[in-house]
Amino acid sequence: MSLRPLTTPWFHGPAGHEKIWLGCAILWCFVMSLMMPYWHFRGKQNSTGEAYTVKPADFFARTEKFVASNRVGTFKNPIANALMTELPIVEPPAGGDAYLMGRMWQWYPALRLRKGETYRLHLSSLDLQHGFSLQPLNMNFQVLPGYDHVLTLTPTSTGEFTIVCNEFCGAGHHAMTGKIFVE
Amino acid sequence: MSHPSHSLSAPGAPGRVCGTTGLSVCFAAQRFIKLNAVSGIVFLLLGGIAALLLALTRWQTVHLLPVDWFYRILTFHGINMLILWILFFEVAILYFACTTPLNCRLFSRKIAWASFGMMLTGAVMVDYIILAGRADVMMTSYLPLLAHPLFYLGIILVAVGTLTGVFNFFATLYVAKRDGAYTGSMPIVTFGALAAAIIAVVTLLHGAVVMIPTFTYSMGWTAQPDPAWYRLIWWGLGHQSQQVNVCAMVAVWYLLSHITVGARPINEAVCRTAFVLYILFINLASAHHLLVDPGVGATWKIWNTSYAMYLAVLASMIHGFTVPAGVELAMREKGYTNGIFGWVTALPWRNPAFSGTALSLVIFGFLGGITGVTLGTQQINIIAHNTLRIPGHFHVTVVGGTTLAFMALAYYVIPLIFQRDFIFRGVARVQPWLFGIGITMVAFGMSFAGSMGVPRRSWDIDAQGVYGPAAHLWLGVLGMGGILAFTGLLIFALLCVGTLFFGAKIEGRAMADWGTPPALAGSQPGSLAHDHYATKGTIVLTLAFLACFAVYYFANWKALADVWPVR
Repeated sequence: MSLRPLTTPWFHGPAGHEKIWLGCAILWCFVMSLMMPYWHFRGKQNSTGEAYTVKPADFFARTEKFVASNRVGTFKNPIANALMTELPIVEPPAGGDAYLMGRMWQWYPALRLRKGETYRLHLSSLDLQHGFSLQPLNMNFQVLPGYDHVLTLTPTSTGEFTIVCNEFCGAGHHAMTGKIFVE
Repeated sequence: MSHPSHSLSAPGAPGRVCGTTGLSVCFAAQRFIKLNAVSGIVFLLLGGIAALLLALTRWQTVHLLPVDWFYRILTFHGINMLILWILFFEVAILYFACTTPLNCRLFSRKIAWASFGMMLTGAVMVDYIILAGRADVMMTSYLPLLAHPLFYLGIILVAVGTLTGVFNFFATLYVAKRDGAYTGSMPIVTFGALAAAIIAVVTLLHGAVVMIPTFTYSMGWTAQPDPAWYRLIWWGLGHQSQQVNVCAMVAVWYLLSHITVGARPINEAVCRTAFVLYILFINLASAHHLLVDPGVGATWKIWNTSYAMYLAVLASMIHGFTVPAGVELAMREKGYTNGIFGWVTALPWRNPAFSGTALSLVIFGFLGGITGVTLGTQQINIIAHNTLRIPGHFHVTVVGGTTLAFMALAYYVIPLIFQRDFIFRGVARVQPWLFGIGITMVAFGMSFAGSMGVPRRSWDIDAQGVYGPAAHLWLGVLGMGGILAFTGLLIFALLCVGTLFFGAKIEGRAMADWGTPPALAGSQPGSLAHDHYATKGTIVLTLAFLACFAVYYFANWKALADVWPVR
């Protein structure tokens, strides 16, 4: 009885249907446990958490230098009354480093990437925590001030992609966007 | 007996014998069960009003609140629902679980007052400072976001107050054992509550470690704690506190399936081992929130997110079998033996405590459990982190699961502890269905919108220019489900409060029966105690559950494989 102390011996192993279920459940847990290391070695999408500490001012300087030496154009936001009206478009060298800075409330700068090339994308924040959410692919990574979060990324589809912020960062959070163009 | 005063069966003991169950009820415990449960329901109502406002804002067509109030009310909603309602009600459950089932009185009224006083003061402080617009930081208050110091101080007070109540629980258990108030092993309901209490201690210690330096920082006394460190420790509080809820909810499942159907655990050893697995492995769950964070490596994530080979998930899968199996066995022993599922149709579906328990189990297991494990898989989190899929998951665990189970419990707690029969009993019979269906719609709306990339905690989805009609449609489902669920919640709160004032008094007699299945002629109690293959319906249901789980799990791996390669 569930509400009364047990006065008779109650310790015995599972049997019958319970034993069958327990076996299935343990097997399933085992399968799920193996999927993650399997995907780590054989799958193509992993979050390895590669990161380095960086002062926000230093990250800002690296981003500005990256923009100055690789700028290829200007993006004008067609959405009326947007917080982000225009951004420099910057193209990193294939296989090279790209810097993307989150701040209240934009992702700076816009990036132009080539399909099939691999880039080291450095993400950091100048102020609060932000969420890097690449749409419509729906790939999401956390961005913290003080940490240079490095994603080794290979675009495999072309077009215009929007970076949305998905970590709350104040009143303009919903309008914090950025752009990645893949050719 | 060396200290007979601690036993409720001693002459002159400060308690009463329940007119319905014949169990002893300690007066001190009864008072604090009332105080904590009623406070909990008040915070539930506050959080529920906030929920309705939020649902009507995220329903993009309605878009009710202005931007600053949206984030303010969202902070208020999280705090009132996930912290205040749940903690107050859990303290009430702990006080019950350590007294009545053990025939024992509460250890100390003074400590219970201190606990309640601290929790209530802290709760009022937090709610005040949020509504005053000085703490628009969400429940998680991720640094460098900074709230007014009262916000952190209030949370610390609530946590210390809860710990004080948990101490009263442990002390009561100790005295009961020392004085021999009961013989044998404690019942499963008390055992489950004990597991919840142990996890609560570990959880609240994490809360102290993270909240105290944040409070001193907000006062300007110390430097800002590191944001990554804050996330790691905060989730030791934030995720584990939800596992306290899981434990308490499972204990309530065992309690209510026993009261409403006469079920008993089919194997006490396995059930108790499952609770021990929760205690040992649930603390790793903090990592679920750091799966796409900088600075934490793959090995750490894989080990921790799987709770060390999914041993805590295994525990939930055990309870998900043994609770319905206990119900099926009890029904078959009562003579409902037709086919595989004949017993299901004979269950007391009009008893709100039973329907609430059954809905809680199904919603928690099928929806909450499957989504939680999948989203908490290291790599799959890439396509889920901070999207609406995450609240889509936890609204079916903590709301459709825990809150609904606690509501179901109230349909017996109020008659048995407040000694009044429910008013409008016909409405009460519908309430769990309304709430359960509403919250399921909320979760579906959130999950599908989230899988289209719609972020959580966002006031608007038009400013980004990327979300199409389908995402808007699912937010509409969220909004309509929110209205339904809020209606269910409002009915629950009004019925509870109305009953306290206007319910018929039942002192000295049995409470009005909500309806339990009668034993059929010729049936034998305990006749299936040694038949280990009697739970045919449950094994079919659980294997169907496993099939759904596998389909959803691998479908998500497929979705992940379609996005850009990333390391």
